[in-house]
Amino acid sequence: MNLLLILPIAIPLTAATIGLLFRKSPMVQRASGVIGMAALLVSVIYLSWQTYTDGIQVIQLGDWAAPFGITLVMDLLSAAMLIITAIMGLVVSIYSLYDIDRVKEQYHYYPLLHILLIGINGSFLTGDLFNLYVWFEVMLISSFILLALGNRKTQLQGAVKYVIINLVSSLVFLFGVAMVYGMTGTLNMADLAVKIAEVENTGLVTAVSMIFIVSFGIKAAIFPLFFWLPASYHTPPVAVSAIFGGLLTKVGVYALIRVFTLIFTHDIGYTHTILLWVSGFTMVCGVLGAAAQMEFRKVLSFHIVSQIGYMIMGLAFNTKLGIMGAIFYIIHNILAKSNLFLISGIAQRLTGTFELKQLGGLYRQYPWLAVLFLISAFALAGFPPLSGFWAKLSLVKAGLQIEQYVITGVAILVGLLTLFSMVKIWAYAFWMPMEEENKSEQFGKMKLMGAGGLNLLVTPVIILAAIIIIVGLFAEPFLSFCMLAAEQLLNPEIYIESVLGES
Amino acid sequence: MLIALLSIFIVGLIAPGLYSVLREKTGWVLAILPFSVFIYFLTLFPAIADGEVITQSTDWVPLFDVTLSFYLDGLSMLFALLVTGIGTFIVLYGSGYLAGHEYIGRFFCTILLFMGSMLGVVLADNLITLFVFWELTSFTSYLLIGFSHDSAESRNSALQALLVTGIGGLALLAGLILMGYTAGTFEMSEILNSGDVLRESPLYLGILILILAGAFTKSAQFPFHFWLPGAMAAPTPVSAYLHSATMVKAGVYLLARVHPAMGDTDLWFYLVTGFGAATLLISAWLALCYTDMKQILAYTTVMVLATLTMLIGMGFPLAHQAAAVYILGHALYKASLFMVAGAIDHEAGTRDIAKLGGLRSLMPISAVAAALAALSMAGIAPFFGFIGKELLYEAALEAPMWSTLLISIAVLGNIAVVAAAGIVAIKPFYGPKVETPKHAHEAPLSMWIGPITLASLGVVFGSLPFLIDSSLIVPTASAIYGETLDFYLSLWHGINLPLILSVVTLLGGIAVYKIWTGLQSSTPAGLYSTTFHDGPKGGYQFLVDGMLSTAGWQTRVLQNGMLRYYVLTIVVTMAVAIGYTFMSRAGFAWNNELGSVELYEWTLFATIIASALIAVMVRSRLAIIVALGVIGFGLALIYLMYGAPDLAMTQVLVETLTVILVALVLVHMPPLKKSEAAGSKFRDAVIALTLGGIFTAMTLTAMTLPFDLFISEQFAEWSYPAAHGRNIVNVILVDFRALDTMGEVVVVAVAGLAVYALVKMNKKQSKNGGAES
Repeated sequence: MNLLLILPIAIPLTAATIGLLFRKSPMVQRASGVIGMAALLVSVIYLSWQTYTDGIQVIQLGDWAAPFGITLVMDLLSAAMLIITAIMGLVVSIYSLYDIDRVKEQYHYYPLLHILLIGINGSFLTGDLFNLYVWFEVMLISSFILLALGNRKTQLQGAVKYVIINLVSSLVFLFGVAMVYGMTGTLNMADLAVKIAEVENTGLVTAVSMIFIVSFGIKAAIFPLFFWLPASYHTPPVAVSAIFGGLLTKVGVYALIRVFTLIFTHDIGYTHTILLWVSGFTMVCGVLGAAAQMEFRKVLSFHIVSQIGYMIMGLAFNTKLGIMGAIFYIIHNILAKSNLFLISGIAQRLTGTFELKQLGGLYRQYPWLAVLFLISAFALAGFPPLSGFWAKLSLVKAGLQIEQYVITGVAILVGLLTLFSMVKIWAYAFWMPMEEENKSEQFGKMKLMGAGGLNLLVTPVIILAAIIIIVGLFAEPFLSFCMLAAEQLLNPEIYIESVLGES
Repeated sequence: MLIALLSIFIVGLIAPGLYSVLREKTGWVLAILPFSVFIYFLTLFPAIADGEVITQSTDWVPLFDVTLSFYLDGLSMLFALLVTGIGTFIVLYGSGYLAGHEYIGRFFCTILLFMGSMLGVVLADNLITLFVFWELTSFTSYLLIGFSHDSAESRNSALQALLVTGIGGLALLAGLILMGYTAGTFEMSEILNSGDVLRESPLYLGILILILAGAFTKSAQFPFHFWLPGAMAAPTPVSAYLHSATMVKAGVYLLARVHPAMGDTDLWFYLVTGFGAATLLISAWLALCYTDMKQILAYTTVMVLATLTMLIGMGFPLAHQAAAVYILGHALYKASLFMVAGAIDHEAGTRDIAKLGGLRSLMPISAVAAALAALSMAGIAPFFGFIGKELLYEAALEAPMWSTLLISIAVLGNIAVVAAAGIVAIKPFYGPKVETPKHAHEAPLSMWIGPITLASLGVVFGSLPFLIDSSLIVPTASAIYGETLDFYLSLWHGINLPLILSVVTLLGGIAVYKIWTGLQSSTPAGLYSTTFHDGPKGGYQFLVDGMLSTAGWQTRVLQNGMLRYYVLTIVVTMAVAIGYTFMSRAGFAWNNELGSVELYEWTLFATIIASALIAVMVRSRLAIIVALGVIGFGLALIYLMYGAPDLAMTQVLVETLTVILVALVLVHMPPLKKSEAAGSKFRDAVIALTLGGIFTAMTLTAMTLPFDLFISEQFAEWSYPAAHGRNIVNVILVDFRALDTMGEVVVVAVAGLAVYALVKMNKKQSKNGGAES
C-alpha cells in the first residue's frame, strides 16, 4: 500500500478547487495553475522513483481488498506516462500565462486544465476497468469545455464533433465493460486478467476485445475512427491544442496497451494482426492528411493520427522491443508534437496567422525560433540525434527483428512523408519571404525573449526542446526505462501479483 | 577522434556567436579548426601507411549496441584528409565569397556541422553511428542548399535533395539493421570479417538493395542523379565542398566500405557496375548540354561518382586501385574548379559560359588554377588525373565480364569529360573579352588560395606519385578490396592499349570541344537533356504530385467535415469489426435454461421497444424525452422484477431527474429541422439495427456463461457489518467504489461550470463588441 498514490489525482483536484474558490483573483488562478502543476511533477517523479526502485506501487482505496474496491496501480508504464503528463501540464500552464486571455482565465481555464489532468492521471493509475471509464468521462467533459471556451463558431463546430464522437466511444466502452463484467463478474483489471483466461467461450472474449479496440481506438484516433481529431484540434487556444495534441490520444493508446497486454492476450494471432493492419492504415492516412493541409495546426493534427499508428504498430508486434518502442514513441511524440503546437502559437503571435501561405520570413527575423522549430520538427521526423530517431530506430528494429517487412517498410515511407510535411512548414513559415501586405504590425518588432518579448511563451518551448535534445543525446537511460516497462507489461503476472497479492 | 569530431560540432554551434565578435577575421580563425584536425590525421598517417588500423570506441546506447566507435584505415584516412583539408580551404573561401552576407554566421555554423557529420560518416565503425552522421549530412546539406531561401528554386532544390537522399537514408537504415542482425554485430570492423555469413544469408538480396538505395541516392546515380545539379542552387562554397569533394562521395564511400562484406557476387557486379556504367555514360554527355559552369561541373561530378561506382562494382584489385586514385584526383581538381567557377561568378557577376570570355588577364591566378585543375580532369600527363584514367582503362579492359562494353563506355564518357574540362577552363579565360555584368578583377586571397593549392597538388602527385602511393593509395585500395594489396603508381606504363585509348579520348575530346557551341544548342542535345535530366526529375515531380493529389482526395473523402458521415463510418466499422469477430469466432448461443417469458414481461419489453421507435421517429423534442423516459422507467421495472430493488430505486430517481431537467432545457429550443431523404433514413435504420442486433446477440450469448457472483455476494455480505449501509447500491457508490462517484461528481460539477462559463462568456463578449481576442 502506498497512500501517496492518490497524489496525482489529489493535487490537481486541490489546485482546481482553489482556483474555483478564488474565481475573481487572477493571481490565485495563475498561481494555482502553475504551482499545482509543479507540485504534481514533483509528486510523480517521487512516485516513479519508488516504482523504479521498489517495483509496482499499489493502493486499495477505502482499504477494500482487491478485487472488491478500486485499486490504483503504478507500474513503469504508468510512471512514464504520469511524468510526461506532469511535464506537459507544467510547461503548458506556463505558456498559458501569456496565451490565455483574462476572460478565459476568469471562466475557470486553470481549474479545467487541472481537472483534465485528474482524468488523464486517473486513467494512467487506475487498475479498474469501470474506474477507467469514469476517468475518461472526466477527461471528456473537461476537454470539451476547454475546446469550447471562447465560444468562437469554429471552436463550437469542432467541439460538437469532438464530443459526439467521443460519447459514442464512451457508450461502446460501457457496453464492453458490461460484457466483461457479465463474463467474469469482476472489474478489477488484474482480477480480470486471471478470470478472463478461464472463460470458456474464447470467441466471445475476442469479440469483446474488439469492442475495446473500437472504443479506445476512437480515443486514440486510429483509422477509420479519427475524424474528431482533425476536426477540432486546430480550433482552441494554442495552449489547449498543445496539451490535447500531446496527451489526449495517448491516453487511448495507453488504454489499448494496457488491456492488450494484460487482459486480452488469449488470441494474439487475431487481435494483434488487426491492430497491425489498423496501424498501417492509421500511419498512411494521417500522413497523407497532413500532406494535404496548408494550416500550421492542421498539419500537426493529422500528424498526431499518423504517429498514433506507429505506437499501435509497436503494440501489435507484441515483442519486448516493439512495446518498448511504442512507449518510447509515445513519450517522444508528446514532447515533439506539443512543442510544435506551442511554436505554431508563437509564430501566430508574431505574424498574425496560422496559414502557411501567409506565414513567412521567420528564419530571417527570428533565427532562434527557427532553431527551436528545427529541433522539434526534425525530432518528429525521426532525425538523429534527436529523441525521435531512437523512437524510429526501436520500432524499425522491432519490425525487422520479427520479419514484419511490409509494415516496417510502410513505417519507413511514412517517415519520409512526415519529413515532407515538416519541411513544408519550414519552407513556408520560415524560409519563404513574407509578403509585405501580410506583414503584421508586431512582426520584427516583438522580441522572442527579454524585455517586451514573449518570454512566457518561449520558455516552455525551450524547455521541451532541451528535453528532446537530452533524450536524443543521452538516450540510454530513457530507453532502458522503457525497456523495463515493456518487460513488466509482457509479464503480467508481476502486475497481477502486486494487485491481488500472492495467491 | 571523438574529440576531434565533437570540437567541430561545438565550434560549429558557436560560430555565429564568434562571427559577431571576430567579424571578417572569422573565416581565418575558424579555418584553424579543420586544419588542426587535418594535422591530427596526418600524425596518424605513418601508422596507417604501415597498414595498421586504428579503432576507438566509447559507449553511447549499449541497449541498442550503439557505440561511438571509430575505425581508421586507409579508406577512412583518405576521406578524413579530404574532408578536413578541403574543408579548411572552403571555410576560407566561404568567408571571402559571402563576405558581408547577412547569413555568414549561419553559413559557418552549418558548414562546420556538415563537416563534422561528414567526418563522422567516414570514421564511424558502428552501423547506427554511421547512419546518424549520414542523416546529419542530409540535414545540414538541406539547410545549405536552401541557403538562398528567398528564391523558390533554392527551396525546391533543397527539398528535392532532402527527399531523394532521405528515402535512400531510410532504406539504408533498414539495410544496416538487417545487416547487423544477420552478421550478429553492429560494428563494421567485425562485419568486414563475416562477409560469407552475409553473402549466404537469404536476406542478402534485400540488404544489398537497401544499402545500394542509400548509396545511389546519396551519390546521385541514375535515376536519382537529378538532385545533384539541382543542388547547385547552393552558394558555391557549398557546391564545391558538398557536391564535389564530400557528401556525394558518402555513397561511394559506403560502397567501398561494405565491399569486402557484400561484394564478390555476380549480383553485386551487375547492380553496382551496371548502374555505375549507365550513369557514367548518361551524365558525362549531359554535362555538355549546359552553359552554366556549375551545371557542367555538377554533371561531370556525377560522371566521376559513376566511374567510382563502376570500379568498386568490378571487384578486383586493379579496379579498386583505380578507384582510390580517382577519389583523390577528383576531389583535388573538382573542388578547385568549383571554387574558380564561384570566383568568376562572384567577380564577374555571371557563370554562364556564353557570357564569359577573356578573363585571363583580369583573373590570372584563377586562370592558372583552372588550367591546372582542368588538365588533371582531362587526364593529361603528368597530372594525377592521367594516372587515374590509365588505371580506369586498364581495369575496364581486364574486367571479368562485359569488358568491351565497359571500356567503350569509359572512353565515350571521358571524351565528354575532356571537352567539359576545356569548356570550363578555356572558354571563360581565353578568347575575346566579353562584357560581364560586373567589372571583373582577381578574387581575394581567401578565394584563390584554395583552388591554386589543390590544383597544384594534382600536378605534384601526378609527377611524383611515390609521395602518396604506398602510404595512402595502397592502404585505401586494400581497404576497399578487403585484403592487403601491393602496388605502386607510375605515370608511364609503356605504349599499351590504355595509352592509345587515352590519346583517342584526348583527340575525341578536343574535337567535341571544337564543335561544342553548336552541339550544346542543337536539338539532339536538347532532346538528350530532356530525356535524361528532365525525365527522372519529372518522375520525381510526378511522384510528389501524385502523393499530394492522393492526399487531397483521401482527405476530402475521409475528413469531409460532416459529422453524420463520421458517426456513420464509426458505427459501420464497429458493426463490421465486432459483428464479424463475434459471428466467426463465437457465434450466437442461446441459454436454454432461461425460464419462459410471461405475458407481463412481453408487455414491458414491447413498451420499451415501442418507446425506442417513437424516440427516433417523432420530431417533437418533448415527445422524444418522454419516450426516452419511458425506456428508463421500463428498465427500472426490469430491475425490480429480477430482484434488484436498490438499483430500481436509483434508476427511478435518476430517470425522473433527467427527464425533468432535460425537458426544462429543451422546451425552450426550436423544433427539430426536417429530416433528410427516405433513402438515407432507411440506410441509417439498417445500420443502427445491425449494430443493436449484434450487441443484443452478444449479450444473450454472454448469458450462456455461468455468472460469477463472487464480488456481488461479498458486497452483500460486507454491506452492513463492514460498511454500515443497508442499501447495497448506496454503499457501492459511496464506499466500495467511492472513487467512481467522486469522478462522476467532478463530471457533473464541470458540466455545471461549463454551462455557466459558456453562457456568461457569451454575454460578456457580446457586451464587449463580440469578437474575442
